[in-house]
Amino acid sequence: MLKSQTLRILLIGLAVVVAASFLPLGVSGYVLGLLTVAYYFGVFSMAWDLLFGFAGEVNFGPTFLIGTGAYTAGILDNLYGLPIWVCVLAGTLAAVVGGLILALPALRVRGPYFGLTTLVAVLMLQNFIVVDAGLTGGEIGLTVPDVLTISEVVNYQIALWFMAVSGAILFALSRSPVGLILQASGQDDVQAGALGFNVTKHKLFAFIISAFFSGLAGALLVFYFGSASIGTLIDVTVGVQIIIAAVLGGRRTILGAVLGAVFLIAMSEVLRPLGDLSNFTVFALALVVVLVFPNGFFGLLTRHKESV
Amino acid sequence: MLFWQILIDGFAVGSLYALGAMGFALIFGVSGVLNLSHGALMVAAVVAAWAAGNDLHVGPYAGAAIGVLVGLVASLVTYFAVVRPLQNSQKIREDEKEIFILTATLLWGIMIQELIAYFYTNNAKTVSPIVGGVINIAGVRTPANELFTAIVCWIVIGVLWLLVNRTRAGKAVLAASMNPRGVTLLGIELPQIYIAVWAIYGVLIGVAGVLLGMFLGVSSYSVGPLTASAFSIVVLGGLGSVSGALIAAYVVGYLETMTAYLISPAYRTIPALLLLVVVMYVRPRGLLGRR
Repeated sequence: MLKSQTLRILLIGLAVVVAASFLPLGVSGYVLGLLTVAYYFGVFSMAWDLLFGFAGEVNFGPTFLIGTGAYTAGILDNLYGLPIWVCVLAGTLAAVVGGLILALPALRVRGPYFGLTTLVAVLMLQNFIVVDAGLTGGEIGLTVPDVLTISEVVNYQIALWFMAVSGAILFALSRSPVGLILQASGQDDVQAGALGFNVTKHKLFAFIISAFFSGLAGALLVFYFGSASIGTLIDVTVGVQIIIAAVLGGRRTILGAVLGAVFLIAMSEVLRPLGDLSNFTVFALALVVVLVFPNGFFGLLTRHKESV
Repeated sequence: MLFWQILIDGFAVGSLYALGAMGFALIFGVSGVLNLSHGALMVAAVVAAWAAGNDLHVGPYAGAAIGVLVGLVASLVTYFAVVRPLQNSQKIREDEKEIFILTATLLWGIMIQELIAYFYTNNAKTVSPIVGGVINIAGVRTPANELFTAIVCWIVIGVLWLLVNRTRAGKAVLAASMNPRGVTLLGIELPQIYIAVWAIYGVLIGVAGVLLGMFLGVSSYSVGPLTASAFSIVVLGGLGSVSGALIAAYVVGYLETMTAYLISPAYRTIPALLLLVVVMYVRPRGLLGRR
């Protein structure tokens, strides 16, 4: 029963992705560029949702993982001119290692303490980037000599299919027995432990998966932008946007996070005429949604389906 | 010479941190709320004091009063508009409320930051000090304002101590931080205590903010670091322990001052963050934390 429902959602998702892959025929390059960024952000949000929605750990530092992956990849490309795929691989690996270093002390603590540790990690990374300006470009940012491709359409397709594959893996994982154990550990870790599940091991696993996808997406994003900076990848505001995207889309749904990310990017585009106030309006809207509509769009959709 | 300089500067910075973090600890101790809009509320108070002096041309005392008032109002608005609706919400599971309050206050803080940046730009703002001039202590030329800051901080901390330990309402607040259910059984309305605590918090961040504005100056970029420093001080001292926060504030204040003088101002915040990570690893409940 559960299996068939999972399969059905994956099939619907595939149909949507295939439909989205024909978008370049109809829309302008500008919109494609926006969507490309939105898809990468969708991956960030999905990775975050796995950790929060399922493992129950609020990670205020998604940008620590993203930034570690992105800057490692960017710096390697800058210094040694390695092929892009080697840089991306190294960045992903660095994010996983960074995630492990962060998770080991952080998972000893729970709730707000965990949130704080992850927040501190972001601030430390930010500090180090500013201090090591010679290597990282400091506050101005890092420019990399290589990009994935200069074609908007190819970039769009890479982002789309990368997001689709990541989403499918994360979603299937969340619906698997491991996902159930994670969910149980998130809701009542004492009981989950009493049932014989190794809670810490599973949470660590969730963290590593989250770090893997965040780092990979971060590294790819550097080679899409051709640059990396604190303001676009690491700042706490960026982390908050990732979190809002996941909450707006609906926690514990994984796929909802993509909807949230696309919605956020579309929203800031629609509100652009407001100028400097557009950010404020987006955050205010998000706050209203959190206050009155805490389950998000996708949350309502699937809940409805399940009851039917 | 350098030793005395560090001693004096660290003391002033530590006192300021103590004042800012105590309100934060109080709120958490009584209602279990970690207010991530802390830095934004403080900056709002500073900008109000600055704008009052700059645009309305009021004197430094009136400016400071306006700053504290804005801190108080902002704090109460935060409680009524953001925190309370979430605490009373039926749609959110009880064990998820903490996370929702963290996210919502973080959003709220960023909203305030954006508004300040929009109306008053991102430039650093320094509030004109109440006392000027320089005093010579042990061969160190110290701005009188720095001493003033430390003294006011300690007066406010002293008043707070008296309020909590010597008045009836204060004792109710203290009791609520130890055992909320016990307090309701005694017939004390918990929501009223929450309002009182948020009001106290508002005054504390108002005073701390205005002093910070006179001493170091702030910009809308200070929002994140201010929240983080209060958060790390409170965690270092032990969540919910006000005296722990007091000690931790000086530890962080001196650590930062020493780093700034002895290594480089660019590294200022790093050792304190590292210390925090170490404490979390070795002793997650902080220096004086209970549990």
